[in-house]
Amino acid sequence: MSGGAAAPPPGGEPPAPAPRESLVGAVGTGVRDAFAPAMRFLDIVGGHVILLMRALSWLPRRPIRAGNYVEAAEYIGFGSLPIVLLVGAFTGMVMTLQSVYAFKAFGLESMAGGITGKALALELGPVLTALMLAGRAGAGIATELGTMRISEQIDALESMAVNPVQYLVLPRVIAGMIVTPMLTLLFFVVGMAGSYLVAVMWQGVDHGQFVYNAEELIRPMDIVQGEIKAVVFGVMVILIGCYQGYHATGGGRGVGLGTTRAVVIASVSVLVIDYFLTDILLTVLGGPGDT
Amino acid sequence: MSGGDAPGGGGEDLRVADPRWHIRVRGLCKAFGSNLVLDHIDLDLERGKVNVIIGASGAGKSVLVKHFMCLLRPDTGSVWVDGTDVFALATKPLSTFRRKFGLVFQFAALFDSLSVEDNCAFPLREHTTKSKAEIKEIVRDRLAALGLDGTQKKFPGELSGGMRKRVGLARALVLDPEILIFDEPTTGLDPLATRNVDEMILAAAERYNVTSVVISHDMASVFRIADRIAMLHQKRILASGTPDEIRAHPDPYLSGFIRASGVGAALGTTDRADRSERTDREDAEAAS
Repeated sequence: MSGGAAAPPPGGEPPAPAPRESLVGAVGTGVRDAFAPAMRFLDIVGGHVILLMRALSWLPRRPIRAGNYVEAAEYIGFGSLPIVLLVGAFTGMVMTLQSVYAFKAFGLESMAGGITGKALALELGPVLTALMLAGRAGAGIATELGTMRISEQIDALESMAVNPVQYLVLPRVIAGMIVTPMLTLLFFVVGMAGSYLVAVMWQGVDHGQFVYNAEELIRPMDIVQGEIKAVVFGVMVILIGCYQGYHATGGGRGVGLGTTRAVVIASVSVLVIDYFLTDILLTVLGGPGDT
Repeated sequence: MSGGDAPGGGGEDLRVADPRWHIRVRGLCKAFGSNLVLDHIDLDLERGKVNVIIGASGAGKSVLVKHFMCLLRPDTGSVWVDGTDVFALATKPLSTFRRKFGLVFQFAALFDSLSVEDNCAFPLREHTTKSKAEIKEIVRDRLAALGLDGTQKKFPGELSGGMRKRVGLARALVLDPEILIFDEPTTGLDPLATRNVDEMILAAAERYNVTSVVISHDMASVFRIADRIAMLHQKRILASGTPDEIRAHPDPYLSGFIRASGVGAALGTTDRADRSERTDREDAEAAS
């Protein structure tokens, strides 16, 4: 038999050591591996920004296709309305219930409405609305566009001289930007209604004190701050859904993974961006202590 | 259709529309990452004929064809359609240029959320100012020509595979394209449906006088419909010519490809030239 490396005879020369990677090469590989996750992260963020810019660049160009905007707004806004109202009402109710019990010891239960309202306007409204949208509209858009991608419907659009970003992505992003603040406002309203129900009707808080404290604590600027957040979150959640669907690959499994990623990335992004956005808004618009 | 030995190989002026060759590909290379898919493709597609591009699965046939209407851009090389350099077109002229093409996808790529009528009306609504009644009439005409009248209100999910492909063709035809591209039109169809699709391709080519480009590896179907055939193999055009020239080509891979598909000399009488001869003979007999 020939071929293959024979074992060295006893007492012969030891086998030559395997060639070693040069120090510079090893360092380079190590650095590249260490930064790989960061590069992937930047790649994804960059991809989203590019998709947003591409979509917005089509905004002033004809044809406008108003029907697509209305359809997207109906799906994102009207379709999400029941769940947003339900979550809003129960968030206001449970927040007030906890507050009433917590403040009872200090005789401050009449503050429950104001505190709940402040939390709803500044944080709970925009954040929970965005999370609801991520779970419903973001996932739905990722699935729809992903299915269109793998069944070549997006290619079909392009072959018919219709720009898919203008046709599919732009109306959804603009609709998300418009309807999310509306949903957030409704979330706040039903949350306050739930709060009133629990505090005044069930827990015996005085109507006048409830209203007075709510008016004292909740400033118009709190609502504005929540609405600004809602605009940012609306664009972000819908854009992430569009991106994951638009770039779906690998058949049904790819669409499923894209949908999962859309929900996870959007939810995490909402919570992370919320912190930084709050910091910026408090600096720009002023905090509760500022007059 | 001609391959590496393209006509006028030397001092040809590709900027001038050629009366014979509708689409002309020169030195086209395309890689996805490190994976080279097309390597210096030279190819000419004949005007008003059924040009078939054959090759094994994954050979790059669809990738090649997507360059014709600039759905993909090459790493190097050019595609000329009627003297127009496709890749030099800006966004707006490219959008107008793409209306020369009708693309029939492998699985039709119909919009799930739209009815058959709305699917077919889509390009008309996007690119013309025709009234609703005119659009409805054009759609009805195209559907009727393909034996689909009465399916207007159905949705793609309610149609069989063959019907979906015909609706896809109807949608591709509504803007009266000059070039029709069929991406593996018979894949996944039973023999009778395959034959129906072949008839549909021939009928569309004759009735609407279009240049047809068909991607296929179904050799029985290829010999039934092709005026010219080009084979893509190992990233290059291995051979191109008429069905007879392809059948007689000495390359062992090509002859093996044809033999393996069960279409040999014995089945050669099914090809398009013989079919038209036979039809002429039958017509003459009927007339006498």
